Amino acid sequence: MAAGKEIRTKIKSVENTRKITKAMEMVAASKMRKAQERMKMARPYAEKIARVAAHFSQAHPEYRHPFVVARDQIKRVGLIVVTTDKGLCGALNTNALRNSVSKMKEWDSQGIGVDVTVVGNKGLGFMQRMGASIVSQAAGMGDTPHLERLIGPVQVMLDAYKEGRIDALYIIYSRFINTMKQESTFTQLLPLTAEAAMEKTEHHWDYIYEPEAKSVVDSMMVRYMEALIYQAVAENLACEQSARMVAMKAASDNAKSVIEELKLVYNKTRQAAITKELSEIVAGAAAV
Amino acid sequence: MAMTIHVDIVSAEASIYSGLAEFVVVPAEMGEVGIYPRHAPMISRIKPGSVRIKKPDQADEDLIYVSGGILEVQPGVVTILSDTAIRGADLDEARVLEAKREAEEAMKNRTSAMDYAKAQAELAEAVAQLAAIQKLRKRIH
Repeated sequence: MAAGKEIRTKIKSVENTRKITKAMEMVAASKMRKAQERMKMARPYAEKIARVAAHFSQAHPEYRHPFVVARDQIKRVGLIVVTTDKGLCGALNTNALRNSVSKMKEWDSQGIGVDVTVVGNKGLGFMQRMGASIVSQAAGMGDTPHLERLIGPVQVMLDAYKEGRIDALYIIYSRFINTMKQESTFTQLLPLTAEAAMEKTEHHWDYIYEPEAKSVVDSMMVRYMEALIYQAVAENLACEQSARMVAMKAASDNAKSVIEELKLVYNKTRQAAITKELSEIVAGAAAV
Repeated sequence: MAMTIHVDIVSAEASIYSGLAEFVVVPAEMGEVGIYPRHAPMISRIKPGSVRIKKPDQADEDLIYVSGGILEVQPGVVTILSDTAIRGADLDEARVLEAKREAEEAMKNRTSAMDYAKAQAELAEAVAQLAAIQKLRKRIH
């Protein structure tokens, strides 16, 4: 019964695969919870800075930080693409990269050059193959992203903006909507679009700045950008884990149905073999 | 009861401290600042050091280490936007150089010019694979 043995080995191997995908599903589920928490924890910081920055621009209308000033002519833009380090997470990276490629093509047709900063191994590999001009990268961030790893790569872009090498900065990352749904999102980082009109305070007040206002606001703006990008990375990580969980769940379910089908085939061949043997015996007995 | 002020210490990665205090000492860039409730609004950069928080009805003070950041004072709230890493012009510069070097290394093994067609083909393939998997899954069920 050669066929039977082959099918048995096949069943065994699918079962082993299923064990792995099941384990990955559970790992992703537990990591997802942590990643979501981290995503939420990053929020108050960025909100607070945004509030202070908005107040500052209201109190000092004469001082315009370079990050706020929009340029008339856009010759070159910066793009930050946030992807994951590892695969096996469904269409998450494909969607983000497809989005980036279509944007880059659009810019290219308008004669606008693109500098790219990549976060995550998957995007890095792709952009390399594609031949994009990568100015900085942050790969191998792991499951707990640290802002420290982002400071350098982000600063490269911010410097380029300040020095006028790029005239706008955009980011593409996966936005976390819920566990089942993630959306590749394209947002403008620089120039900062005017914040929603602040409620007008009745009496004018201002902070005491220490040291002078400009330098404090400058360092705050850099931190604001970093916080925004960090948040995108944290959100992308939550997306990665939930996408992986869903993908692995689907894989486990598929393995289960494959096993069922294989078992059916196995039993059928087994029965056929038995029937054949029986009929041979009966035929032999009748002949005697 | 003594007057109190709300203290929040947040970093980009996590919320570090939140609570009421009678008195807070922060290592600002121009020297340590002590803040009592109803302080005038103020913004300052802070140096790496410890923030001392005197909690109401408690004799000893809480000490929290911050590696720099920004201090914002409102009459009823003190917010410390703490950095998660030690910052400095030189250090940031080093990080920039490191990032550039890494990118240059990555650029070494890039293929000649921008190849949109190839990129799109590659992505289309990935999408097709995913679609095929979806279809396969439907057929099995």
